[in-house]
Amino acid sequence: MISKLINRKIYTLLKVQYSNMLEYRVEIALWAISGIIPFFMLNIWTNNNLNESINISDIMLSRYFLCAFFVRQFSVVWVVFSFEEDSLMGKVSPYLIQPLNPFFRYLAQHLAEQLTRFPFALIIAFFFFIFNPESIWIPNLGILFLSIISTFLSFLIQFLIQSIVACLCFWTEKASSIERLLFIPTLFLSGLLAPVVSFPPYVKSWIYLTPFPYLIDFPANLLSGNETNISGGLSMQILWIFLLFPLFKKIWSRGTKKYTAMGS
Amino acid sequence: MNLRKYLKVYKKFLHTSLASELEYKTNILVDLITAILSLIGSIFLLSIFFQNNGYIGGWKFEQALIIQGIYTILNGISNTWFNPNLTEIVKHIREGTLDFVLLKPIDSQFFISLKKINPSGFLEIMLGFFLLSYCIRINQINLNLSFLTLSLITISCSISILYSLWFFISTTTIWFVKTWNAIEVLRSFLYIGRFPLNSFSFSLRIFFSIFIPIAFITTIPSEVFLGLSQLWKILLEIIVAAVFLITSRKFWLFALRFYSSASS
Repeated sequence: MISKLINRKIYTLLKVQYSNMLEYRVEIALWAISGIIPFFMLNIWTNNNLNESINISDIMLSRYFLCAFFVRQFSVVWVVFSFEEDSLMGKVSPYLIQPLNPFFRYLAQHLAEQLTRFPFALIIAFFFFIFNPESIWIPNLGILFLSIISTFLSFLIQFLIQSIVACLCFWTEKASSIERLLFIPTLFLSGLLAPVVSFPPYVKSWIYLTPFPYLIDFPANLLSGNETNISGGLSMQILWIFLLFPLFKKIWSRGTKKYTAMGS
Repeated sequence: MNLRKYLKVYKKFLHTSLASELEYKTNILVDLITAILSLIGSIFLLSIFFQNNGYIGGWKFEQALIIQGIYTILNGISNTWFNPNLTEIVKHIREGTLDFVLLKPIDSQFFISLKKINPSGFLEIMLGFFLLSYCIRINQINLNLSFLTLSLITISCSISILYSLWFFISTTTIWFVKTWNAIEVLRSFLYIGRFPLNSFSFSLRIFFSIFIPIAFITTIPSEVFLGLSQLWKILLEIIVAAVFLITSRKFWLFALRFYSSASS
């Protein structure tokens, strides 16, 4: 009975958000295009033969960056920006009355957006293969399955981090600037611009203790067939989720007590 | 007379927007940290590229730092003026408030491009200048009048090109309403302005000099710094900048003819 209700809620949320997202498909296509930075980076790497020093062949590196592109496409999170706007406009108030945590709404929004984005990402990958036909490969089903899971876990980690930041809106009004601050280490340390293997030793020694390499580098290595520690990576991802989730619950319950609707 | 009026209006703009932005003081501090981290991140990325290579696209590390400096200044300018104002165009058009702008006895492009200011961008501009002066020292560039005028000319041309690109895309809002993420696409393309143009493959180099002249924006001023630039390149940049400015102006006036307010 209860599970049926939950199922219906989830199904309805997803359906509504998906039709909402389909309306903005051009916008989402543009978002997909704006994620092509990894390809520019690949161009610098291969064009200057930089990959020789880190022992990754051109083909493996191009697969890595393609996978990094894919992982990034399906782990983009913008919940801070939505929540900030909703909380400034007072839209959070009606959500709070509903018997459903508003973050489920945002989660459904993100999942629906990923679904809409999928064909565009495929088109970009198709063009990538036209220009780099030698890098075509088919990952086996097990690896594909594991990398989808790890991409989803990476998405969840980022979603949780951003939700925690979003909850700061209850106190500061402009939480998005904190998110922009956090985005900088995510950009440079996650492996989107350069694979973590290439980092100098003084960074590599501590980076695996942070969540960053598990956001893009680990799933991308997994999917592209580059060397990586599968069980270690997955367990670190799960560990981070278990660390972040209670934090989110705590800050959420504190924040909602603090909440005063705008204009009231 | 006319110029004096515009100066007076601009002083008022500065006053009002600074007053409203300075209400969020911690925000400015967070933005400063973001700018510093972002610069550290890009230098870190650059150092990875130079880890085992002395040259990237014919540029030494110390020389490539000049490009970073110029990029940081230009990015600071974008964040101070272009970003807060030109993203506002989207709002003006969607909500129909462009009517009020058009009715004012002042040039609409002037009003729309300079109304707001984001003081945290200043800090980024300063950071860029610090880095540049450091580069001048380590590259042993001797400052003389011709160098200063040439670098001033090329950098102001870069600013004009950058402004025109932003303004051009924002103007398309009149037809497409939601082009906010087209700007995101432009931003991701501009990202490659952090690296010397020669480090990319031939086809990308052509793309970034003809379709989106990012090549002109950072590489030519940096070449001036190193005393490597040929006269024809500088002349070309001046011509490109002039063409861009004039076209963006014409395009704005053309687009206004299609503006039909909101909900009327």
